Amino acid sequence: MRTEFLTIFWRDMLKFFRIKAMLFTSLIQPALWLALYGISMSSNFDRIIPEIPISQGVTPVNYLTFMAAGVISLTILFTCLYSGITLQFDKEFGLMKEMLASPLPRSHILIGLSLSGIAKSLIQTLIIIVFGYVLGVRFFNTFSLMETVVSVLGILLFILLFAIGLLFLSSTIALRLKTHEGLQGVITLFSLPLFFASNALYPITSLPLAIRIISYGNPVSYFIQGLRYFTLGSNFYSFGNYYQYSSFDVLFALLFLLGFAIITYLFALRTIKKVKIV
Amino acid sequence: METYEITVEGLRYQYGKNKAVNDISFKVKKGEIFSFLGPNGAGKTTTINVLTTLLPIQKGKISISGFDLRTQPDEIRKSIGIVFQNETLDWNLTVEETLEFHGRLYAIPKKTRKDRINELIQIVKLEEKRDEFVKNLSGGMKRKLEIARGLLTRPKVLFLDEPTIGLDPNSRMRIWNYIKRVNKEGVTIFLTTHYMDEADQLSDNICIIDRGKIIVNGFSEVLKQSLGMDVIYLKTDQDEKAFKTIKNMREIKNIRKAPSELMISVEDGQKNMPRLIEQIRIQGIEIKSIYLKKPTLDDVFIHYTGRHFREEEQEKKKKIIT
Repeated sequence: MRTEFLTIFWRDMLKFFRIKAMLFTSLIQPALWLALYGISMSSNFDRIIPEIPISQGVTPVNYLTFMAAGVISLTILFTCLYSGITLQFDKEFGLMKEMLASPLPRSHILIGLSLSGIAKSLIQTLIIIVFGYVLGVRFFNTFSLMETVVSVLGILLFILLFAIGLLFLSSTIALRLKTHEGLQGVITLFSLPLFFASNALYPITSLPLAIRIISYGNPVSYFIQGLRYFTLGSNFYSFGNYYQYSSFDVLFALLFLLGFAIITYLFALRTIKKVKIV
Repeated sequence: METYEITVEGLRYQYGKNKAVNDISFKVKKGEIFSFLGPNGAGKTTTINVLTTLLPIQKGKISISGFDLRTQPDEIRKSIGIVFQNETLDWNLTVEETLEFHGRLYAIPKKTRKDRINELIQIVKLEEKRDEFVKNLSGGMKRKLEIARGLLTRPKVLFLDEPTIGLDPNSRMRIWNYIKRVNKEGVTIFLTTHYMDEADQLSDNICIIDRGKIIVNGFSEVLKQSLGMDVIYLKTDQDEKAFKTIKNMREIKNIRKAPSELMISVEDGQKNMPRLIEQIRIQGIEIKSIYLKKPTLDDVFIHYTGRHFREEEQEKKKKIIT
């Protein structure tokens, strides 16, 4: 098997750890979200939302733990959407020429980048989980050891699909736009509805219809669904809502993300095959 | 029988309606330095981009190292090295990592890769900069690094697009030496340049291209000789006597008397100058100075295009100012 995509992965990771400002902000940002937004909102919510008696077998989950999954999704969303910028820079500063003139199959550029997207996402998720624990986020609370292991694998799978789908999306946008200034604007425009029209910070059920419809086609919602299932369980109570996830819900979420990744991959591949450098 | 490393037949390339390359054909012999010389916008970079598979081939037939560009582009990619006109380096990588990245892109096995990187870093004298970030290198060093990178895959042909553009005279000389050295080791060089002196210094074979068409193709010396005369400038202590002595020599086509010297038009000046000196010395005339001026490529360009080489660039500059 050809493994040149590892070269692209290697270079991207090298730069991730080398450019200290990039490394620092990408690791601190999720922690800040959790610490500033999470703490302040949860102290308010826990005061406003009355303690409804909870039926047997349902796990109560505090707001901080509830929104931690949202922060994970937010972090991965931004990291991966902005990762496509590297292609734009390579195009602008000429390195793309080196790659395009080499025998490297163009798909390897995408695969290599998505690998580094996955790696960065995993590192950031780990930081959120550890830092979150210090602040009071309680994942895997009622899980047995076996359930925790299965959950970790499930989380890995969801992160993998979610991260590569976003990366292919941002690669497509990056390769189609002419300048990186325009790219930043477009990416920000994409990220806002993706994040807010989802169940990241609040339940979907009480949203206005229009936003709810968007959220049903939003990969972020399905990612969070899977994430909550594997971190909080199939049956929990939070933010004044009962959450019940069936195995079917989780499978559907998984398939949705898989479809998202495949479609964005096809678009990205088509785009990168057409890239001409003059 | 001569073998060709590159053959191009009837190549055309157009951007929309603009014919950047308009039906050109040429052959590059194995082991030679071939220069594509022409002003900016002549079609040099477009040609190199098609030859290196960066642009799709529209019309024409191209074969490089025995591979057909249309059907075996990957084989060609593996057998060529490229140094692009503009810098194509990642500033956040070190010198060694830049080469390592390239070697991995071409899937060169680890051991071979390490050996070649060590060797090339020595050849281009960047040993002390091995772990330096690219952003901290000078323009000349970056160019050397790019040349080293182009050679990493042991290409049969090395393409150099304006290799010394924007470099100081010292760096240019050094880069020229590397190019000659690489060529001596058997790598065919395809070079584009808009510097007359560069083409003149380096090439075995020069192709002058202008507005998408090849104007003339040939050996540098042959091109210049096709213009005719060399001129010998002679100063003696008795110019009048010298004039009488040599005016009937068969090789001399014309003599003009300038206030302090004689301008002698002669065919094949290098060969005839010693005989000229001999004739004058026999008459007891002392030569104060003598030098030979050969026609330059600039003269060749004017001769074939009717325009000065720099004209087009100057026109462009004027447009920018107004």
